[in-house]
Amino acid sequence: MADNKFDTPEIREYPIIPKLQRDVMSHSKPFIAKEPHQEPLGFPGELVDDWHDVAIKKMGDLQSKYRSLQVYLDSCVKCGACTDKCHYYVGTTDPKNMPVARQDLYRKVYRRYFTFAGKYFPKLVGAKNLTKEVLDDWYSYFHQCSQCRRCSVYCPYGIDTAEISMAAREVMDTIGVGQKYCNEIIGKVHKIGNNLGLPGPALEDTLEGLEEDVEEDTGVAVKFPLDVKGADVLLVTPSADFFAEPHVDGLIGYAKVFHEAGISWTISSHASEAANFGMFIGSYENMRKLALRIREAALELGVKRIVFGECGHAWRVAYSFLNTLAGPWDFLDQNYPIPQHICEVTHGLIEDNKLKFDKSKNDDMVLTYHDSCNVARASRMGDKPGGQFAIPRNVIKAVCNNFYDMSSDTIKEGTFCCGGGGGLLTDDLMELRVKGALPRMEALRKVVEDNGVTHMAAICAICKSQFSKVFPYYDFTMDQIVSVHQLVSNAIILTGQNDENEENEEKDGKNHSQRDIDEAA
Amino acid sequence: MQISILSISIAALFYLAFIILAYGLIFKVLQYTKTPAPLKIPTMPAPITKAGVIFRMSKEVVLFESLFKSSKATWLFGWLFHFGLFLDMLRHLRYFIDPIWTWVLIIQPFGKYGSILMFIGLVGLLIRRIVVDRVRYISAPSDYLMLVLILCITSTGIAMSFYLGADVISVKSFFVGLLTFDIQNIPADPVLISHLIMVALLMIIFPYSKLLHAPGLFFSPSRNQVDNARENRHIAKWAKELEKN
Repeated sequence: MADNKFDTPEIREYPIIPKLQRDVMSHSKPFIAKEPHQEPLGFPGELVDDWHDVAIKKMGDLQSKYRSLQVYLDSCVKCGACTDKCHYYVGTTDPKNMPVARQDLYRKVYRRYFTFAGKYFPKLVGAKNLTKEVLDDWYSYFHQCSQCRRCSVYCPYGIDTAEISMAAREVMDTIGVGQKYCNEIIGKVHKIGNNLGLPGPALEDTLEGLEEDVEEDTGVAVKFPLDVKGADVLLVTPSADFFAEPHVDGLIGYAKVFHEAGISWTISSHASEAANFGMFIGSYENMRKLALRIREAALELGVKRIVFGECGHAWRVAYSFLNTLAGPWDFLDQNYPIPQHICEVTHGLIEDNKLKFDKSKNDDMVLTYHDSCNVARASRMGDKPGGQFAIPRNVIKAVCNNFYDMSSDTIKEGTFCCGGGGGLLTDDLMELRVKGALPRMEALRKVVEDNGVTHMAAICAICKSQFSKVFPYYDFTMDQIVSVHQLVSNAIILTGQNDENEENEEKDGKNHSQRDIDEAA
Repeated sequence: MQISILSISIAALFYLAFIILAYGLIFKVLQYTKTPAPLKIPTMPAPITKAGVIFRMSKEVVLFESLFKSSKATWLFGWLFHFGLFLDMLRHLRYFIDPIWTWVLIIQPFGKYGSILMFIGLVGLLIRRIVVDRVRYISAPSDYLMLVLILCITSTGIAMSFYLGADVISVKSFFVGLLTFDIQNIPADPVLISHLIMVALLMIIFPYSKLLHAPGLFFSPSRNQVDNARENRHIAKWAKELEKN
């Protein structure tokens, strides 16, 4: 599938809003889920006979359960403010990838069946019957939304297309038209505990391997504990961290931070996955079931804190939803945020001077930072709004000498999705992923040319996988994407580290005397 | 005094329009109130206190902050139109209140120019809807008609205020009469009558159209929620039910 013929969009010198090209992406559809992927999630295995009626009933049900959906369906005035804000529109020029046009695929059906105007004057208000053609459009274009929420920032009413695309996917699942990639993965987590279907023993082997690698590298016995009862911290991290590059270098970073700070921690084989694809398909029940595994693991292991590794949508589910889905967390230590992001942990330790770094270890890189959409627009870190922007940047700046931000309209709350979020990180959507990455690639190209940036750091497993795959299409190399905690790992000085011991001691000495001076002053 | 059929018809139309508007709006507001928001979904960064949310919402309602971020032209025309509408509606209070409040009297001279702002804003929005291919693509016939309807209301208003004049004394006694269920004669002025019929039509359409964006904004979870998901457990009734299993 990756070899499908399509042209990589050209990097434009001045990003101008592209002209519409109708239906150029209507062929883009992910593989359909088959019965074995559907039924474990409680969905029918194939299109049900009375799909039309079931779908309309489900739409009504969702409108009564989600205020967001009901209000957003009514409130759009078609002002067009969002039309140029979606990375998939910019990259594909298909008008149905404009946020409002994507919503309208759903809204026109809502109007036809649920509003006075649509029932009696359908042509006037653009209302349409739910036909097979409309359903095809839904399947195609609601799988061209990465639920990144960029449109909701710019909408005068805060209409979030993610809410509509989640609802549409839930309706489609209910009538038996699921997406294979997401639903197969959710099934694996229900059954085994992680997206990869990596069983406990394999996980144990992997972690042991990492321990050996790190000890060989540093001479320090940094542990990667699994299912250790009574540990203080349960680390919940995306399973990509166990094997994928550059994710695994991030995991090594977390382990070094915990080790150096003397925090006892463990991974759980029962909840060995931070990702929660239940959100992507809009299924509260599935999302809750996946989240409950974390509660079960925390209770079973008797931990005091829960820390999440680098994963964007997982952090949204963790920060914004975990208390709702699997709380109350009254059995955990209330002195720490529940849950906590690994960047919050590292940042706190840096502020307290608990970690020592040799920043020059990252001098072979000039860095920029990609704000992951779900971290930026759907969660927070720290105790101030915007902490999700400041904390990861401060961590990077504490461990690297060379850092430049990309242009201001492409970062922080205006960040562009990597192009692979929202359950679209699958090879059967490669064309969409490459085209959707265009705005980010343009912003990156600019800092590469202007500031000599060599690497981009991210704190999301999907972003990292997506970039390592699409970078080559834009003449970057796949190793130019790095984990934030990979940078931490490179620079951190572990107590008793074997290489460059003397040098470290010297630096320690200097640090101490510097601190003495500071304190004296 | 003989009450003309025209006056009775217009009176009946306004009673009907008011009932439909009130019923429709109350229904919608109750529906929005009753429908739970099961998850915390404020668009971040979001305020972490209620006061912060009030500040954020005020900026949206008064200044159209998000629209300003996204499209300066749409913001300019949209804001001119809404601000002009606001001024003009305040000015129209003088047709309903007797004796007229002092502040309503004070704003009369500027209030009159609200209609000019509305006109400029509406023409700008209409041109944008026709000229920009992306906006044209997403427009249904109703989207144009809505602008045209409000533009006609505005134009007839401007015509009366600035050029033709109107028998404002009679208009006032008609509307004060409506409020006290004591129907009075309305002048048979075609410009005035068409102005009024179109206003009644707009009132009727309001709760069944995209004009619901007005109450909708206040109920938008991405704008009105406090960012405190880690501190306070937020759970909907139907979601609580799931925990019983």
